Amino acid sequence: MLHTINKSPYADASLDECLRVCDGDDVILLIEDAVYAALTGSVWSARLTTSAKAVYVLRPDAAARGMANRIAANIGTVDYVGFVQLCCDNLAIQSWY
Amino acid sequence: MNTKRYLIVCRRPPYGESYAREALDVALAAAAFEQSVALLFLGDGVAQLLTTQESAAIDEKSLEKQLGALPLYDVNEIYVDAAALRERGFTASDLSLPARVLEYETITALLQRADIVLNF
Amino acid sequence: MTTFALMVLGAPTSSQTPHTALAFARAAVQAGHRIVRIFFFHDGVQCGNQLLIPPAGQQPMSAQWSEFAQRNQIDLVVCVASALKRGVLDHSEAQRYDKAANLQSGFDLSGLGQWIEACALADRVVTFGA
Repeated sequence: MLHTINKSPYADASLDECLRVCDGDDVILLIEDAVYAALTGSVWSARLTTSAKAVYVLRPDAAARGMANRIAANIGTVDYVGFVQLCCDNLAIQSWY
Repeated sequence: MNTKRYLIVCRRPPYGESYAREALDVALAAAAFEQSVALLFLGDGVAQLLTTQESAAIDEKSLEKQLGALPLYDVNEIYVDAAALRERGFTASDLSLPARVLEYETITALLQRADIVLNF
Repeated sequence: MTTFALMVLGAPTSSQTPHTALAFARAAVQAGHRIVRIFFFHDGVQCGNQLLIPPAGQQPMSAQWSEFAQRNQIDLVVCVASALKRGVLDHSEAQRYDKAANLQSGFDLSGLGQWIEACALADRVVTFGA
């Protein structure tokens, strides 16, 4: 399963709730304001990478927010083509917002 | 029409936003088209089920009453987040619908079984 | 090829969501996938409001969706219940309530049944929340 999150974890419970119920084999994609969860050294980036099989940020959203060089090393980046491919690779997509 | 297993995840408290009501509209529409529909009340969403709502105080229709329509549409699979109840000091007897109270591990398995998961 | 049904919940006036959804839809079509239908629900119905005037230099979101959908023959459906509440009206609803119509051409006003049908037809369902 793919989870997309679009809210900053510092302001909203979406990511926290997602991490409480997601499966260890799930994939997480951080979009829009959720890219702040991927900051190097943050509690959220650490928790993310222990909760899911793989974690990505949507590159244009990270770049727009000045985050391009601030993404934790164990979190990948995808563009929209990659976003579409993640949706093809997973049967269900749950959007947390 | 193909039949798919829907899981509607209700995450918002009632009244502050219109999502709670719209989630119900989606659930009832899916049921009307003979889809398999389950509802999961997660986090703040558990407050939608409280029996003590007096929505007339803010000139709103009662969401509690509207949720009562679910069994009439044969939507009987209703699940509630056990941790959210505990965190808020609620118990199953505070809830308006007969719901199964689930811990996170069971919720994780429930999510994996659905074809379509729609959060509201 | 994968078939998609997309739901858009955010308004262009207050959220990035419509932009995200449109960029996703463009990338999906470019990769050779098919979009069965795009359903605008909740505040997402404002994507079909042709009266919204964006800041100078930006193209109105309603026109961008409409052009994209026409070029790729994609169904754009605006939830009628969400739309009426938010003042988005097609010609027949405008006539019924004696108001002016403002739904961009290329969008249709219809019910949630259209969304359930799209989900039944699609391999993947993606929601763009606001």
